[in-house]
Amino acid sequence: MTQAQRLAAGGLVDRSTPVSFSFDGKPFTGFAGDTLASALLANGVRLVGRSFKYHRPRGIFSAGPEEPNALVELRAGARREPNTKATCVELYDGLSAESQNRWPSLAFDLHAVNQFASPLLVAGFYYKTFMWPSAFWERLYEPAIRRAAGLGRLSGESDPDSYEKATAFCDLLVIGAGPAGLAAALVAGRAGVRVILAESDFVLGGRLNCETHEIDGAPGSAWARQAEDELATLPNVRIMRRTSVFGVYDGECGAIERVADHMPAPPEHAPRQRLWKIVARQTILATGAVERSIVFGGNDRPGVMLGSAMRTYVNRFAAAPGRRIAVFTTGDDGWRTARDLRTAGLSVECVVDTRHTIAPDVLSLTGDTAVYLGSHVVDAFGGHGLRSIDIRDAGGIRKRVAVDALAVSGGWNPDVALATHLGASPTWSDAKAAFLATEPPRSMALAGAAAGHWTLAEALHDGGTLGMDAATRYGHPQLAQPRFRTSDEATEVQACWHVGGARSKAFVDLQNDVTDRDIALAAREGFRSVEHLKRYTTLGMATDQGRTSNVGGLAIMAELTGRTIAETGTTRARPPHIPVAIGAFAGLHRDTHFKPTRLTSGHQWATGQGATFVDAGQWLRAQWFARPGETDWLQSVTREVRTVRSAVGVCDVSTLGKIALTGPDVGTFLDRIYINTFSTLDVGKVRYGVMLREDGFVMDDGTTARLAPDHWMMSTTTANAAKVMQHLEFCHQVLWPELDVQMVSVTEQWAQYAVAGPRSRALLQQLLGTVADLSNEAFPYLACREFRCGSLPVRLYRISFSGELAYEIAVPANYGDALAQALIDAGRDLGVAPYGTEALSVMRIEKGHVAGNEINGQTIASDLGLGRMMSTRKDYVGRVMAARPALVDSKRPSLVGLKPVDPAARLRAGAHFVARGVPASPETDDGYMTSTAFSPTLGHWIGLGLLADGPRRTGERLRAYDPVRAGDVDVEVVPPVFVDPKGERLRA
Amino acid sequence: MRIPCPFCGPRDAAEFSYLGDASVRRPDSSVPGDGLDAAMQVYVYIRDNPAGPLKEYWYHGAGCHSWLVVDRDTRTHEITGAAEAHSGAVS
Ligand SMILES: [Zn+2]
Repeated sequence: MTQAQRLAAGGLVDRSTPVSFSFDGKPFTGFAGDTLASALLANGVRLVGRSFKYHRPRGIFSAGPEEPNALVELRAGARREPNTKATCVELYDGLSAESQNRWPSLAFDLHAVNQFASPLLVAGFYYKTFMWPSAFWERLYEPAIRRAAGLGRLSGESDPDSYEKATAFCDLLVIGAGPAGLAAALVAGRAGVRVILAESDFVLGGRLNCETHEIDGAPGSAWARQAEDELATLPNVRIMRRTSVFGVYDGECGAIERVADHMPAPPEHAPRQRLWKIVARQTILATGAVERSIVFGGNDRPGVMLGSAMRTYVNRFAAAPGRRIAVFTTGDDGWRTARDLRTAGLSVECVVDTRHTIAPDVLSLTGDTAVYLGSHVVDAFGGHGLRSIDIRDAGGIRKRVAVDALAVSGGWNPDVALATHLGASPTWSDAKAAFLATEPPRSMALAGAAAGHWTLAEALHDGGTLGMDAATRYGHPQLAQPRFRTSDEATEVQACWHVGGARSKAFVDLQNDVTDRDIALAAREGFRSVEHLKRYTTLGMATDQGRTSNVGGLAIMAELTGRTIAETGTTRARPPHIPVAIGAFAGLHRDTHFKPTRLTSGHQWATGQGATFVDAGQWLRAQWFARPGETDWLQSVTREVRTVRSAVGVCDVSTLGKIALTGPDVGTFLDRIYINTFSTLDVGKVRYGVMLREDGFVMDDGTTARLAPDHWMMSTTTANAAKVMQHLEFCHQVLWPELDVQMVSVTEQWAQYAVAGPRSRALLQQLLGTVADLSNEAFPYLACREFRCGSLPVRLYRISFSGELAYEIAVPANYGDALAQALIDAGRDLGVAPYGTEALSVMRIEKGHVAGNEINGQTIASDLGLGRMMSTRKDYVGRVMAARPALVDSKRPSLVGLKPVDPAARLRAGAHFVARGVPASPETDDGYMTSTAFSPTLGHWIGLGLLADGPRRTGERLRAYDPVRAGDVDVEVVPPVFVDPKGERLRA
Repeated sequence: MRIPCPFCGPRDAAEFSYLGDASVRRPDSSVPGDGLDAAMQVYVYIRDNPAGPLKEYWYHGAGCHSWLVVDRDTRTHEITGAAEAHSGAVS
């Protein structure tokens, strides 16, 4: 297909490189250097989408991220990305895009009837129309609205691309590579400042590529190329094109680099986008300004376009937005549009200016074009494309003019959003007729149009000055600031927001279909604050962030409520400034990479033994080891428990936290950390300890061994390892720095296995031979020893979680896998089997040992049956607060055992205890079941629970109330130790 | 946000965990006294919520494991300094 609207000459597109693409299935050709929007215009495509609420036909309105209309679904299949602004899409060969929010087709959209039902869809319609009855909402309104109103479709498939994150550092971050940004980067870069220049576009230059200015005698775009070439030679300057800074945060900026969005798919091993954290000592905001629209009837028709965008399409892309064009302006800027259009050979039918007097040099820009001063465009007509406009002249006479495009220039909004992300509100300047960022963050300066300095000369001057400042500040003083030679242009503008007397809908916010009537309605209903106005009408809440509409909307509100714009104020912007894919924020942290996976050194061994693994925080732990023929987990777990209770089992306990403490004051230190005493612990002994938080609740439990007079090994639970380390370091560094203690986490340095069961001694003796005497006399319960087996350091602890005769053996982590295999080999004739966390848990419940279900942050030591461990002869963290009246109340829920009255019944954790015959209610709630297991040893289910006044209620029968699952079970309160209550086995 | 760790240099705030107001002093709970319960109550629970400069505890858990006292302005998040927590940084 020919590019019928491509101008014969000019533009920065590469006419020697044609690019094929399709829109709504139809093939087109553009040129390298086009955006999707410019290529569509060059091909004469004017209708590109349907609006959000009313399904009005819409065309291309802008040439940048302010675009409210030209939203498309880009790409197909899993890569389909809805709501993509055609004005920001760099054309590539094979690009396919679809229009969105239309049914059945773009040209014939049945939902366009919405515009005739618009009384239903006015401001606040969400809150009003569908209030009652509520059942209608779910069944009728919501599905209908979802079908009728909305934007593009998600692919519904998972994102096939990858994203990555990176951090960059610099002295000076320059945001925007227009004239101000380029000047700043050049001056600072030449001086040696470490500069990052971030530009959203795929070419540098900003408006220099879109205007006909000259700098130092060269066309602006050529000057920009030169500047870019020079910057590229400077090793201290990094140019980041296709990179949008979307947020300013404390001490850093967020930016998104579109690494591969200009290709059909990312190259192999390349990310689609890269999320940057840019840490800069100083930032120059050189983001320019965005032109405003004017509110008049039919101002959304395809063919109505911002004047600056028309200049962009004509000058940069050589694409004609129309052939017979009118200009409607409130300031001098529109006249330059008329001039450029004429220069490009397009017919300018008339210039309509709201002002009555125009400077002669401005007036002379357009030659013999018809001019209407003190006049307004009242209405624009045409369905799928503009056909004519009605002008109301200074005398109030309406006149119709046939045109196919209309350039609208309502003044400029400095793009200051990034200057307000840290909190300061922009303030209105009557002189500039714009909101300015008068209180940017301390490390940010504004340059050029972003600062309200509209002319090219000012932009270059700002950039040069700020570049010099940076050079001086960062130690590269310069002799003289270079001068850039250019002309100043006229920039007078009148504030005119709204043309009354329209016959058709007049839009304030094109993307969210907010009209002047919606603003008026909101005002009538009392929404005076701009924040309320915004939320009630949805003005400015679409993906364009109201760049072209916000100021107009609140100016109308100001008018209606008799206030000035300054009094009315504006809303503050929040990051992200442009839409950013969630995938980019996730980066590589998705699926199993969401968090690190920690594997013990015996992981391979466990895999070989048929382990099923379970997440334990970041760790993977073997949950059970299924044997051939076992059909469900309970079979495997039951066998493992029986193996340990009758023979011997091996369990990887390497994930438990291990903290090495050294120094002469460790004993004193531990006395202050644990509720029980450790300073009296003999060398070669282990003691179980409980530590509290400062508020008196239990923090963690575990054993600590004294390997040598000044060398201690603390073990923590797997879950709390990092928390305990942090707590110990706080206590030492902040509370008691005078204690001579050193500590380090060695969790990952040691592999540790529990060897448990009546034959565990035989197994270890078989493994260790004469290296260690494991007899009860030489190595009794709670003994520990460090020794060498060959050259290998080994630590042996006689501790038991299962309640059986048991040991834990530790070796440096490198040997973990070998040790596990050696233990199994040594125990082959003894009937050894590996066991996992489930069997471990069953056996600890059988023994009444508390774990995370009971140490849940809401229990104190006496709740857990550990009250007698609380020393009365020393002070420790949490002691004072644990003595608060409510915490020593004997009626507190405390640890008990539970068994079902019907031995066949299953118990479930989470069931609440209620006295029998009493209705279940919060008032009659007596506590709840914390842990349950099927006990292979007893042959029925058992449980642990926290029961009010628990220990004194042994023998009582209760309901375990469980309305959401299996229903109620009658249970009997029993002591929490189900197996070997006297502890004979573990001392055997 | 970046915190100038006296040992590691300026580091990303994600490497640190936050504890809060560093001006609170733990009473010596080993010395019994009538006021101990109340003093401990204040130490554990009572915090001011100042708008402005605040000294607060941060822990460099993903770095040198130091507890630091960081000077931060709660209105701007500006961080003006950091020192070891036990070097008498809080008076
Ligand atoms: Zn550090």
